[in-house]
Amino acid sequence: MSDYTTPSLTSSIALVTAREVTMRLRSKAFLISTGLLLLAVLASILIGSLVSANGSTPKVAAVGGAIQTVQADRGLTYVATDSQAEAEKMLKAGDIDAIILDSGVTPANPTGLTVVGNDSVPNDVVGVLSQTPHVELLDPNAPNPLLTYFVALGFGLVFFMSGITFGSTIAQSVVEEKQTRVVELLLSSIPVRALMAGKVLGNSILAIGQILAIAILAVVALTITGQRVTVSALGPSIIWFVVFFVFGFIMLAALFAAAASLVSRSEDVGSVTSPVTLLVMIPYLLVITMGSNPTVLTIMSYVPFSAPVGMPMRIFLGQAQWWEPLLSLVILLASTAVVLWIGERIYAGSLLKMGGRVKIREALSR
Amino acid sequence: MLELQHVSKHYGERVALDDVSFTVGDGRMTGFVGGNGAGKTTAMRIILGVLNADPGAGSVSIDGAPLTAVDRRRFGYMPEERGLYPKMKVLEQIVYFGRLHGWTPAAARRNASELLERLGLGERMDDPVERLSLGNQQRAQIAAALVHRPDVLVLDEPFSGLDPMAVENVQSVLSDYATGGAPVLFSSHQLDIVERLCDDLVIIADGRIRASGDREKLRDEHAPAVWELLLSKDAGWLRDEPGIRVLSSDGGYALFEADSDDARQQVLRRALDHGDVVSFGRQHVSLAQIFKEVVR
Repeated sequence: MSDYTTPSLTSSIALVTAREVTMRLRSKAFLISTGLLLLAVLASILIGSLVSANGSTPKVAAVGGAIQTVQADRGLTYVATDSQAEAEKMLKAGDIDAIILDSGVTPANPTGLTVVGNDSVPNDVVGVLSQTPHVELLDPNAPNPLLTYFVALGFGLVFFMSGITFGSTIAQSVVEEKQTRVVELLLSSIPVRALMAGKVLGNSILAIGQILAIAILAVVALTITGQRVTVSALGPSIIWFVVFFVFGFIMLAALFAAAASLVSRSEDVGSVTSPVTLLVMIPYLLVITMGSNPTVLTIMSYVPFSAPVGMPMRIFLGQAQWWEPLLSLVILLASTAVVLWIGERIYAGSLLKMGGRVKIREALSR
Repeated sequence: MLELQHVSKHYGERVALDDVSFTVGDGRMTGFVGGNGAGKTTAMRIILGVLNADPGAGSVSIDGAPLTAVDRRRFGYMPEERGLYPKMKVLEQIVYFGRLHGWTPAAARRNASELLERLGLGERMDDPVERLSLGNQQRAQIAAALVHRPDVLVLDEPFSGLDPMAVENVQSVLSDYATGGAPVLFSSHQLDIVERLCDDLVIIADGRIRASGDREKLRDEHAPAVWELLLSKDAGWLRDEPGIRVLSSDGGYALFEADSDDARQQVLRRALDHGDVVSFGRQHVSLAQIFKEVVR
């Protein structure tokens, strides 16, 4: 009969994956939270660009002989006046940021100017008028520490957030099938492997899709607001991040699925998945607090749970040899395979055990 | 023909199934009866492969060959643990199960709609399962077991929670399957339904098969041979017949045991001599009585 064929493992996985994705896309909670996340990214970029654009030139009043200096000088909006009293009135009213007086060149004051502020030192005006010494950098290509911090925060946060969000989604979806008892019918229809693989795959697709949406939105928004980031500096580390993220996420998803299969009620999911949650949290905290320590970062870049954050960081910092990401990726792949294998056994062993929490040993000795 | 041979299952020290063997013939509606915890659900789960039997002990086979995962995809199963996805729409969900069993989307949709119409859920196809009454959820569950037009049916308590109309409905669907040649195994606590519906019986207690086979044969074997006679006149004379023990009598009615077929036939001849015979036959023994007798 052409209407019917014996289903292959792949087609079963594809069906479970498709159901997982469509049901999630239909859930209002998921759509709203994704929308809020995208809005937050957009808002932070827009606000950032507004704040940086707000560095308008300071406005000053120049009195007497100072007028010439201010005229010649760069970047100051000025009002010329002959009366210092009038200038002080304007300063008190807040119409100007500072008054500039000609006080004559002395050894103590080589600029020959005096800057009068109202209640605080007008740093921006002082900065414009100061004479800066010549600066040379020994390592001009080293990454800017602030940028480094934000890249670390970015990798850590993205991995952490999507690990937690989609990890708990997959955990809930596993328990939902146990709690509603639909799981026995599923197990009689398709292999356990297909059920678990479909769930892991479906949620991984959603997680990666969300990350891509964020990335695209961020790049578009940055380009529109004119804040072109040095993509050449970030490019390779972002590509590696995506590669590590995909496999790291699959490993996490398998762990979440296996852990959740041990309980039968959604109320118990939190307690049973908390060790896995911790595994997701540690790399995030480490990269933020100790990301500048090369030893810590090197260890992180090889431990499978933190490699998705650690290795791209080292690539960004130029610390990694060309073979290091490959070696770390092999370690990650091997541990993902082991976790999938053990996870599948736990999952298969505990799915039909209802009621209390199933012990891992019990689940493995089906 | 579905066949279990020497299947055992232990949970630690506890014996759930002890050397269980029985067959479900093609086209035979086979009732699986037993008390709570007797092992029905365990046996059915082993047939479906969601539970493993004790290793090395026994086999489950279909038409003489060991059951494989591919064969099992062609089974229709209704588990004891009921449940569907609460937020999925009824039709969508039944189609999903059809597709999991390998049907094309269009064919699965056609099968599912036909089945839901027939089970009286035609109006509710686009409602999420959680909005259905328990009885209707039960019907949807039956649809999920049948949507892929299985070759073999294994149904754990398919009638529980159904109103009499729905019972009738489900009965006719299942009978059609058996008429079409499929082996059908179903368990039930409602012995009156089993009695009405099944061709064969499997009786289990404490993990052991106590009796199995043709329903009428079991009745012959396990029900005491007691005969009933109803005359238009007094039946008191029966007490003096040779080889006959009257168990009770009331006017024209008598309940008796006979030592031999001859003695029983003799009773009928004498009865005709005495006057009009209203009825003469073996006392009808209900399945409930047989069950008690067998399990005791």
